[in-house]
Amino acid sequence: MVKSDFGYNSKVEGEVIVTRADAVVNWVRSNSVWPMPMGLACCAIELMAAGGSRFDISRFGMEVMRFSPRQADCMIVAGTVTYKMAEVVRRIYDQMAEPKWVVAMGACASTGGMYRSYATLQGVDNIVPVDIYISGCPPRPEALLDGMMLLQEKIRQEGGSLRRTFRGRTIETKIVS
Amino acid sequence: MDAAALTSRFPATQDLAGKDMPTFRVAAGDLLAAVRFLRDEHGFDLLADLCGLELQGRPVRFGVVLHLLSTTHKEYVRLHVDAVGDRVPSVSSLHPGANWHEREAYDMFGIVFEGHPDPRRILMWDSYPYHPLRKDFPLAGIEVPFPAADVAEVTGQKVEPAPMMGGPFVSHGGKLSEGEPSALDQSWTEEKPKA
Repeated sequence: MVKSDFGYNSKVEGEVIVTRADAVVNWVRSNSVWPMPMGLACCAIELMAAGGSRFDISRFGMEVMRFSPRQADCMIVAGTVTYKMAEVVRRIYDQMAEPKWVVAMGACASTGGMYRSYATLQGVDNIVPVDIYISGCPPRPEALLDGMMLLQEKIRQEGGSLRRTFRGRTIETKIVS
Repeated sequence: MDAAALTSRFPATQDLAGKDMPTFRVAAGDLLAAVRFLRDEHGFDLLADLCGLELQGRPVRFGVVLHLLSTTHKEYVRLHVDAVGDRVPSVSSLHPGANWHEREAYDMFGIVFEGHPDPRRILMWDSYPYHPLRKDFPLAGIEVPFPAADVAEVTGQKVEPAPMMGGPFVSHGGKLSEGEPSALDQSWTEEKPKA
């Protein structure tokens, strides 16, 4: 969190922290990313390794892998997206609730990778908006963690987190105190 | 297995003198009887593989190759079948494992397996109009509509030919052999657009 996001002076405010709503919302969102593992090929194995004890993705607050799009807010596309599967990837993305992010893990999800053929979508960004691209074939778990931390950084810098546009509609989040 | 056992039982069978295993060309009409004969009387109880085949320069364009394994005698036999009119009898009634292999051969080559219980595509989506492993099909693909119309409407995505230039399948030494398809055989590239 950047320093200007909050002000705290114990002599003046006592037990009160003054901040912006955006900063609080982004802080909460970035530290509880619930990934949806879209494991399509060998990258999913590295994704599993990142979830295991050795690399331990939970150190960064995003270990709650949910296999239901209704309970997830970050789709990690790990693997080769074929045209046959692309339809499913887009449907699952549509079913995820706003706000949501997409991470393209590895060469295949980012560009089609080595699969230049009649069957392979040349990058998942053709069908869903991608926030973070991770290079590698497959990327090591450290690369995935680095990408996820970059995503956290991106979430923290989002403006207007209480007001987002989605398919032409404006969605407003109300804070109830 | 003695090669004469099969050729005397099915006179239309031709011994192809395989170097690694006994190999025969079986007439399509004899296929089911031959596979049953090999399974029941010679112990070839496992269908190890079934695949489609396209050979250029032969009167019948497509064929099917079966590898049968005897788990008791520890030996293989290979059967070639010509797909006259792109049709071959299905052996999935004798070897249930042939089901998906035949679906794949149909999907990739368009060979129709007569009597197959579930003759659908297996790898490509059901509405895909081509058979991609045919030698006249370009490696990069042919533009067709996206599998799901509603997703295509939102994303504007089509099934597009993949860019080949600089890709791993582009060789620069010309054709390696006359029999092999080559990416250089593409009628178009990014540098030389499709006419």
